[in-house]
Amino acid sequence: MTAPKIKPDEALFQFLLRLGDNTLILGHRVSEWCGHGPVLEEDIALANTALDLIGQTQLWLGLAGEVEGKGRTADSLAYLRDTHEFRNLLMAERPNGDFGQTLMRQFLYDAWSSLMLTRLSQSSNPRIAEIAAKALKEVTYHLERSADLCIRLADGTEESHTRMQAALDDLWPYTGEMFIGDAADETLAADGIAPNPADLHDDWRAIVNRLATEGTLSIPDTPFAHQGGKSGRHTEHLGFILAQMQWLQRTNPGAIW
Amino acid sequence: MTNEMPLWEVFIRGQHGLNHRHVGSLHAADAEMALLHARDVYTRRNEGVSIWVVKSADITATSPGDKGPMFEPSNDKVYRHPTFFDIPDDVGAM
Repeated sequence: MTAPKIKPDEALFQFLLRLGDNTLILGHRVSEWCGHGPVLEEDIALANTALDLIGQTQLWLGLAGEVEGKGRTADSLAYLRDTHEFRNLLMAERPNGDFGQTLMRQFLYDAWSSLMLTRLSQSSNPRIAEIAAKALKEVTYHLERSADLCIRLADGTEESHTRMQAALDDLWPYTGEMFIGDAADETLAADGIAPNPADLHDDWRAIVNRLATEGTLSIPDTPFAHQGGKSGRHTEHLGFILAQMQWLQRTNPGAIW
Repeated sequence: MTNEMPLWEVFIRGQHGLNHRHVGSLHAADAEMALLHARDVYTRRNEGVSIWVVKSADITATSPGDKGPMFEPSNDKVYRHPTFFDIPDDVGAM
């Protein structure tokens, strides 16, 4: 199977949008917990995670704007694009659900993100390698925290176990998209800029297996994967997220704080 | 909601060479979780290089009611302060 050709700069731009949109949309989702966490300590920890992700967004989307070369900044990319222009994984826009679902989504993403950033810190593109090395320190902590809490809850009471299993079942069909590559991914892999998405799967699965074993969870046995986020086909949830996130800039264009 | 997790006291070393200082407390299920929480709650603004957590219940404290016998006897023992010695000039600042 030969994928359609894509220009290297366009492939790089798409890839950076994907990284930045993942962190932006997931960061926004996590920030929705601010003031609603189950205990003060978790509330602050979730807010810290959200801020880390939004900080990473500034770097990825900032670089995306430079690569595109049309004068767009991280801010204009975040606040002035519509749903079909977003390139985040569908998993990032999944509703928060209960605390367990939020943590399970975070764990599944953190495990992938830590592997992706580890590979990107060796990227042939020095700008990408620098951002990845910085973000990896944050994500290593995020993964330690989300894995720890997911195991505790999964191996906790009967109710917490049931909820964590439900969260894993619910999110599982959204994990496959992380490992499905396209023409842009192939172009970047050939240039040593980024790994082939499929190459991350086995290590990711090993991390998830560890959670399943220690947390006594069973991993759903289905190969089905929802797709579309990476190419701009999103679920209805993204529109609501953007309405909340963008209304101020849309209503008062150029407003600064 | 009721919070059944035990209380922990948090001590943070701000820089290498300084002592750990008590900064506050938090709730956590065990020591490992207390460390993660302490990191998130008390080191957000680059405050620390090391964290200690101690279960609050493991701290034995003086009682405010014992203040008289505990602390007042030292009030009038000025001779315990080294203020009655003439310090030779060549010692310099002490």
